[in-house]
Amino acid sequence: MSDTADVPGADQPVDPDMHLMRERKLAPIVPTASIASSALTLVIAIMTYLASLTLGAVTIIGDTARGWQSDIAREITIQVRPVEGVDLAQSVLEASRIAEGFEGVTGVTVIGEEVMKDLLEPWLGSGLDLEELPVPQLLTVAIDDDDPPDLETLRRKLIENVAGASMDDHRAWLDRLVAMAQTTVVAGFLIFLLMMASTVLTVIFATRGAMSGNAHIIEVLHFVGAERRFIAGEFQHHFMMLGLRGSAAGGVLALLTFVVFAIWIWWRGNDPSAEQAATFFGSFSMSLTGYIGTILLIFAIAALTAVTSRFTVLRFLGTLDRNSDEIEG
Amino acid sequence: MIRFDNVGVRYGIGEEVLQDLTFRLEPGSFQFLTGQSGAGKTSLLRLLFLSLQPTRGLIEVFGRDSSALEPGELPAVRRRIGIVFQDFRLLDHLTLYENVALPLRVRGQEERTYRRDVIDLLKWVGLKDCIDAHPSILSGGEQQRAAVARALIDQPELLLADEPTGNLDPVLARRLLRLFIELNRSGTSVVIATHDHTLMEQFDARRMILDQGHLHIHE
Repeated sequence: MSDTADVPGADQPVDPDMHLMRERKLAPIVPTASIASSALTLVIAIMTYLASLTLGAVTIIGDTARGWQSDIAREITIQVRPVEGVDLAQSVLEASRIAEGFEGVTGVTVIGEEVMKDLLEPWLGSGLDLEELPVPQLLTVAIDDDDPPDLETLRRKLIENVAGASMDDHRAWLDRLVAMAQTTVVAGFLIFLLMMASTVLTVIFATRGAMSGNAHIIEVLHFVGAERRFIAGEFQHHFMMLGLRGSAAGGVLALLTFVVFAIWIWWRGNDPSAEQAATFFGSFSMSLTGYIGTILLIFAIAALTAVTSRFTVLRFLGTLDRNSDEIEG
Repeated sequence: MIRFDNVGVRYGIGEEVLQDLTFRLEPGSFQFLTGQSGAGKTSLLRLLFLSLQPTRGLIEVFGRDSSALEPGELPAVRRRIGIVFQDFRLLDHLTLYENVALPLRVRGQEERTYRRDVIDLLKWVGLKDCIDAHPSILSGGEQQRAAVARALIDQPELLLADEPTGNLDPVLARRLLRLFIELNRSGTSVVIATHDHTLMEQFDARRMILDQGHLHIHE
């Protein structure tokens, strides 16, 4: 070792150790291994999975409710009860004529005897003779979605001109279904918000833990003049990558779950249980909005993780400034 | 550069550990800070490094009242001060090269812009062969020199060193002192807190002696 002291950076001699000048890949300032990454990744993955399922369920229920709403609104039912001394067939014809004459009505179908028997069979058993029973006659009226008829006028005309006639536009059922669906959607969003809050809290605890475990690094960074946003950035980067890994795993698993259910419904075809599910939830498949929402959720949770850790670090550093006990002795 | 006016420090409700400190550190000055263990050397260094607030009195750092500095302004002030800790405070997961380059890295500088300076400095402090080694496998003396290199890499206006030769043999201690003197000649103010009388006898400099919380200065 030479004893000629010289301040580095002054006159540079020719360097015989050029091999030392190679480019180096710098290690992260906050070591990845010091953060309880696998546990937090798993928690974020589970939270994302559950949140995606909730989001998917809310989307399916919302879409289904809209489907019910438009299906039911596309059809009304006219009921003609038998009245003593009045020819039922004539009344049905009259009701059909009145309905067909309305603008916005696209078709009227009289429900035939066989269909009526099928409808009543679960309650009255097989081998029914409808002639012996005062069974009302039903007519389904298809209406134009875009240009619906004036239902109140139709109702009034039917009641005035056809004995025993009444009209049901399914409004009462529809209102109940919509109310139920909306309640479910609101409940789903509340659950979703709770999950997001839990994720944020988990990340806060994990960040605090990581900062405690790396307190000596934060202190040194302070001493060498690192700004708070630099230190926060070091942690934020770690947590964002961690959040992205977890949320991608959870989100992709949720998407697979929906795809598997959709395939199951399609595969089971006419199976009664599948049919029952399909009755309520259509094909039990999410709309494109649901899939896009889940993908956005993956990135949103990663961003949420990063932002949460950044604010936690900044808060911690704010309390550290001017209150530190770094130098002992 | 630094001005203390009637500064006192008290921890909790105990007695003042530092009392009525009034002195200046001028640009380009060199001083030894000495005193018995527990005399308050480290507390004084902490005051100088703005990691401790005085209980009373005024501290002016680079023309600014330290009590008026916003937390966000502290990094900029600290970048003008280099500090060597008694316990080195090197980061074990980083190599010596990365440790020494840390002050430049946190300023957002590209690695290629400081590579030569860092390597030259490490060669200069005799750590050429350990550039890519981690601190944990090095001796105390080697770690001490790496800590000094880290404090010097950004050519601070003020260098604070807490027992910088405590882990060095006399030859290396003398060499380190020469480094500090050269640094001082290039304009950096130096404060070396030390017990080492041999070291102080090697260079005629201002002595700040702490005795039971009081400061006596020998110009």
